This record gives sequence, C-alpha cells and structure tokens, in this order.
Amino acid sequence: MIEDIELETLINEVYEYYGFDFGSYSRASLKRRVNRVMHLDGFTHFHEFLSRVRYDPEYYKRMVDEITVNVTEMFRDPSFYAVVRNEILPLLGTKPFIRLWHAGCSTGEEVYSMAIMLKEAGLLHKSLIYATDINSTVLETAKKGIFPLRMMKEYSENYRDAGGQEDFSNYYIANYGIAKFNEELAEKMVFSQHNLVSDTSFNEFDMILCRNVLIYFDNDLQKRVINLFDESLAVLGFLALGTKETIKYSVTPNKYKQLDKEKIWRKVK
Amino acid sequence: MEESKIISGCKVVIIGGSAGSLNALMQILPELPELKGFAIVIVVHRKSTDDQTLEELIALKSSVSVKPVEDKVPLLPGFVYVAPSNYHLLFEKNETLSLDISEKINYSRPSIDVSFESAAEIYGESLVGILLSGSNTDGTYGLKTIQAAGGTIVVQNPLAADMPFMPHNAILNTQPDFVLDNNEILKFISTINT
Ligand SMILES: C[S@@+](CC[C@H](N)C(=O)[O-])C[C@H]1O[C@@H](n2cnc3c(N)ncnc32)[C@H](O)[C@@H]1O
Repeated sequence: MIEDIELETLINEVYEYYGFDFGSYSRASLKRRVNRVMHLDGFTHFHEFLSRVRYDPEYYKRMVDEITVNVTEMFRDPSFYAVVRNEILPLLGTKPFIRLWHAGCSTGEEVYSMAIMLKEAGLLHKSLIYATDINSTVLETAKKGIFPLRMMKEYSENYRDAGGQEDFSNYYIANYGIAKFNEELAEKMVFSQHNLVSDTSFNEFDMILCRNVLIYFDNDLQKRVINLFDESLAVLGFLALGTKETIKYSVTPNKYKQLDKEKIWRKVK
Repeated sequence: MEESKIISGCKVVIIGGSAGSLNALMQILPELPELKGFAIVIVVHRKSTDDQTLEELIALKSSVSVKPVEDKVPLLPGFVYVAPSNYHLLFEKNETLSLDISEKINYSRPSIDVSFESAAEIYGESLVGILLSGSNTDGTYGLKTIQAAGGTIVVQNPLAADMPFMPHNAILNTQPDFVLDNNEILKFISTINT
C-alpha cells in the first residue's frame, strides 16, 4: 500500500495540475483504487506514478477512469425498483412532463432499467432522463446501450423480481457476447459529464437517483451533494439513494418523507 | 493456547468466515459478556437475500447489541457490526466504516481480505483478526496484513470448523498467534482488555 502522505500528495498535485478535487473522497477506498491502478500499470515507485500523472494528461484521464468505481447492474436491488414501479411512477404519471436525473450513472445500466419501467408504464414518451457522470469513458458506453450478454440472465431475474412481466429479451438484440438495447429506450436520454464536487444544479427534476456514489464521499461532501440535489428537486419530487446511504445527517428532517423501507425520500416542502 | 496471554489495548476484533461460520458464530456470540472497550466487526459471505437475518439472529440470541452498518457509521466500542452483503466494508481514520461496491475479490463481496487489510491499516496493534470456517482462500492474505501491522491473529481449529479448508489454508500460509476451538475463541474474546 502507498503511504497516507503519498495519497495526500497525489490529491494535491491533481488539484493543482488539473483542478480536480479528490480531497473530500473517502480515503479508504481511494487508497485501494490508487494502489490498484499503480499495480495494473506496473509502477513500483510512487514518485514515477506521480510524475506520469503530472506530465501526461492522457494518463491522468486513465487514472481518473480507473480510480472511480464503475460497478453497476440493471435492476440492482429489485425491491427498490418494485417501489419505483408501483408507487412512484403512478404519481409521476399525473404530470404532463417528467424530468429525471441519474447522477453518477456509470455505464448506464440503471438508466436503461428506468427507461424500461417508464415505457411499460406508458410514460416514456413524456419523460426526459438526464444521466451524468464525471467519467467520460463510461458515458460513451452508456450512450451505446451495449452491455455484456453474460449478465442478461441475472438482469432478467432482477427485472422479474422487480415486477417486470414482459419477456426481458425483447428489449435487446444479442450478438457476439453483447446485448444491444433497443434504441427507442435511449431516445429520451441525455448523457453529459457533470462533476458532483464542483458543478452546479442545471435543471429542476421530479426524481433524482444517485445510488452508490455518496459512499465514495466523506460526510461534508455528502452534505454538499445532497444540498445540490435539494436545490434541483421540485417540491413533491423524489430522491433515491443506494441501500446503505442516507440523507438523515444532511437535510432538515421534516422537509423529506421516507417511502417504506427503501432509500427513497419525497420532498414534502 | 498460552492461557496466560490476555490481549490488552484492543479496539477492534474483526471476524471473517464463509460456509459453516454461522454455526461457530452462534456458539460464540450469544455467550459473550459485555465487550470491554472494543467493537466486534463480522465479515461473512452470504446471499444478499438473507441480509438482515444474521443481525436479527445475533440480536435475538445475545446480550451484546448489534448496530446496523450503513455508510460512514461510527465504529463504537461495545457493539457488534455485521458487514452488509454486496458491499466491501472499509475502515476510515476517523473511526467510521465506509462501504464500497467495487469488483468482487476472491469471488466475494464483502471480501474478508479487503476488510482485514483495511482494518489493519487503521488499527495496527489494537486489532485482533479471527478467521473461521469456509471453503475458499479468502482471509489468509488479510490475516497476514493484520500480523504485519502488529495485530494478533487467531484461526479456528480446522477440526472444529464445519468447512476446514479456509482455516487450514490460513494455518499453512501464516503463523497464527492462536489456533482455537469455538469455546476457546469464546474465552479468548471474553478476556480481551480485562
Ligand atoms: C458505483 S458507481 C454507481 C453506479 C450506479 N448508480 C449504481 O448504483 O449501480 C459510482 C459512479 O459515480 C461516479 N462518480 C464518482 N465521483 C463523481 C463525481 N464527483 N461526480 C459525478 N460522478 C462521480 C463514478 O464515475 C461512477 O460511475
């Protein structure tokens, strides 16, 4: 493992050279990720790694892509999606127009899951789904809607457990180990780079989903990001976080009301 | 076991296990007296569907209190924490726990190696690592990191384990401070910081 002081040096240099602030990221995970990328790329000395990051912007980009954790799934936590399908979409459906934001969307599996549910609820045509991440490489994948074919068995089970009744394989075309999702699903998606650390609110939404992103941030940054969501959420809109994340320490308690046991809160005032 | 060796200055006891470890945990945890100045963190491989059941079982059967693990919860002495399924459990300098959803390690998330190594980084000498029953190699590397950081390592006697492979692998590849049966593990934990 690299030393703590080395990690802090890297954080400072990255900020100085590239303006990206990892200073509020959880150190335990960040340290593992930096170690991992150094190891993957064959660096034995931290100072060699550091000077490469400094002087080679291409390599800096690779490092950022590798230290962000991009693991994601379709219909991960089926009970969460069941609540969205059964309780939230009917409420959103009464609006003339529905705006959603997936913050930290990674390769887009969640975004396509949401589009499938909106389509089945007959709401996709009047929805707009913004999907953002800092990692531009994952956004490229997300735009294409191409996911590994070997995952489809698990995803179709998740889909079913989340209340899906269609034949899941109708949503994609299988080809040489990949599953290409129907382009119709992507028609209402807008992908763009957005940094939760430094970028501001850019619209007002009826639902914001940011799952398993806050776990990589320290308490202060979590609070700031939840404030950003609060500013970006319409009254009576919904905020959804990962199963082990909470808004409890970040907003005034009676402003939000939690739904069931899921990590979904409705902004009540 | 050197009966006289009592561990002092311990802040965290981290217990890892896989297949068959539930039995051992259920023999040990319900019998534990109040934890004196340290917390117990349990990292076991399990299906995501029975996420709550282990906590409930422990809460039901034992007098030590279980705190549910959410991201960034403070790690307080006197309580038992159980790593949630589908996340790696990591330790932060300010004595909070954080969660991470990165790739599985040893086909596992949570991985015992990942949590042991992270705890060793933060707690060093004030950490005790215990590895129980299981049928893969997760945990061995983690025990090494705990020992290298000055902590104490304990392995369940493979003869007492439902699945001996995991403790056996650890014994072959590390020098455990203690190799103990379930009731000896219970005694060992009960005397920590006394
Ligand atoms: C584990 S993924 C979560 C994917 C998906 N939401 C899920 O739960 O399955 C975390 C994502 O957060 C992104 N991320 C990390 N820091 C970010 C930041 N400052 N701004 C925006 N996205 C960020 C990462 O690039 C990564 O794609």
